Amino acid sequence: MSHTTSPLIRLTSIHKTYVTGPVTYEALKGIDLSVKSGEFVAIMGPSGSGKSTLMNILGALDNPTSGKYYLKNKDISHYSDDELATIRNQEIGFIFQSFNLLPRTSVLKNVERPMMYAGIEKAERTKRALDSLDTVGIRDKADNLSNHLSGGQIQRVAIARALVMNPSILLADEPTGNLDSTTAHEIMKFINNLNDKGSTVLLITHEDEIAQYAKRILTIKDGLVKSDKTNSRRK
Amino acid sequence: MDFKELLQLSFDALRSNLVRTLLTMLGIIIGIASVITIISLGEGSTASIVNEFSTLGANIVTVSPGRFTRGPGGGGGISSTLVESDADAIEGLTNVVLTSSTISGTKALSANGETTNSNVQGVETSYQEIQSLTLSAGRFFDESEVQTASRDVVLGDTVVEDLFGENSEEFAIGESVRIDNKSFLVIGVITESSSVIIPLTTAQKILFAQSYLNSISVEVMDTELIDSTITQIENTLLIQHDIDKLEDADFSVTSIQAITDSISSVTGTLTAMISGIAAISLIVGGIGIMNIMLVTVTERTKEIGLLKAIGAKRRDILTQFLVESAVLTMFGGMIGMLLGISLSFIISSLINIPFVISVTSIILAISVSAAVGILFGWYPAKKAADLSPIDALRYE
Repeated sequence: MSHTTSPLIRLTSIHKTYVTGPVTYEALKGIDLSVKSGEFVAIMGPSGSGKSTLMNILGALDNPTSGKYYLKNKDISHYSDDELATIRNQEIGFIFQSFNLLPRTSVLKNVERPMMYAGIEKAERTKRALDSLDTVGIRDKADNLSNHLSGGQIQRVAIARALVMNPSILLADEPTGNLDSTTAHEIMKFINNLNDKGSTVLLITHEDEIAQYAKRILTIKDGLVKSDKTNSRRK
Repeated sequence: MDFKELLQLSFDALRSNLVRTLLTMLGIIIGIASVITIISLGEGSTASIVNEFSTLGANIVTVSPGRFTRGPGGGGGISSTLVESDADAIEGLTNVVLTSSTISGTKALSANGETTNSNVQGVETSYQEIQSLTLSAGRFFDESEVQTASRDVVLGDTVVEDLFGENSEEFAIGESVRIDNKSFLVIGVITESSSVIIPLTTAQKILFAQSYLNSISVEVMDTELIDSTITQIENTLLIQHDIDKLEDADFSVTSIQAITDSISSVTGTLTAMISGIAAISLIVGGIGIMNIMLVTVTERTKEIGLLKAIGAKRRDILTQFLVESAVLTMFGGMIGMLLGISLSFIISSLINIPFVISVTSIILAISVSAAVGILFGWYPAKKAADLSPIDALRYE
């Protein structure tokens, strides 16, 4: 397989079963999925559908019970906690719905943090963090404390931090869930821009309107892929 | 992440909740301060006692009659086995400079309408040199006065004060003092003393009516020779008294050195024991640290989840929390140390003992407090490091 055609992400028959005492619950019942570099995929589904579980596995936050997860052709489905931490650090940029930033910490230090875990030197860290803040347009807030920012600004800092390690995947988990609709669209347009410039984006959302920004919409129901369509109504 | 950055992170975290940080440190502060203070005061009082004894003369050996027996019915000292020929034999030893035989006992002392009980010592003229007595007024008795058993007395300045009032040293000279209702003439006053000293012969013939001695003070040439001289004295007296074994001896030989050594060892043991009790507060402080660190970990669960999501490994989280608790306790230790040093300084100047702070106790304070932080911070830090990123992120 040549580099251009090989998918960035390939899931084969992913199962995830939770065991709590005598009760077992199968959250994912065999997911097959391929995502190529540069795609913008929205993962939708009602609560309890297994979409959060799928996100955890895609985000290397958890191992599947069975099945294979190939990221850049490497099977990471049996990686240890620390190996997964390295994958998250190097390959995945997270944007969460809430609690994106460390409290009582400056914007700059928040953006620098992933690079600290990567062992990058202080001078380069600061430079890259400022560049990244420039990209999201809030370099002037670099020295502000994270708790003195508006909701939209927080999401921008989160995006700056997600971008700073040049990850393979931007994983946005309900990134607009806490925002008013004007700001939400502003952030989505921004994420859309990043995708246009080549970033691969995985967007987890339950809002149809937000999902319309994606090029491809995947719907999960009862732990299985219910539909997988190219988004014809794309904004 | 290098260590400097970890320290910076800890400072930021600790500063963000300053009141809690200070309250948590309090246990360590009190623990370290009390250990430092106790060690300092213990060493200070040992130094003070030892000083006091060594001014009595480190090169003095004392021979006492009887032997120190153990168990019920023991308790020597009051025995009539020591005689003047023993003193003469000891004086003949090569390492011995001088000896002074002493007879002593408590007698009623009166003058000027005042009466007091005092330990009266009958000594030889050499006693003044052996004990390095200095006179603030008058003179010590001389050889001829000892020969003739004259009724002269040399008083300590505190005795003079008791009998004649303050600043009466000069006045006291030539005054008459009654000891056991026998009249004596005051011829000298000794500085910083509570002694009542009369010629040995006078004590033997007039006051105590005994020929045996209560002790012999021996001045040895050099403090280095103390131990060997003690052995020589023991061997000499065994022959004098016709006794085979030292265990059966009817006398005992002790040096000031031996006394200060045993005092040092007693105060050392006491200091160690009380410091041990104070160290319990360090354990209590450590438990306080563990408790607060557990609360901190719980409060920061989401933060830990976020850090793990952006790539923090188990070790990153573990060291971050360990450094945080070690910084907490080390700061407490340093504050406690300063507090302990100030307290020791104040108390030792109040009770008039030397102010002693040993480097050992400072090193001990810092290392013990850091150890407490790491030891009691371990469990909370491990708990933080072991959190699964999903559970931590989902924590509300």
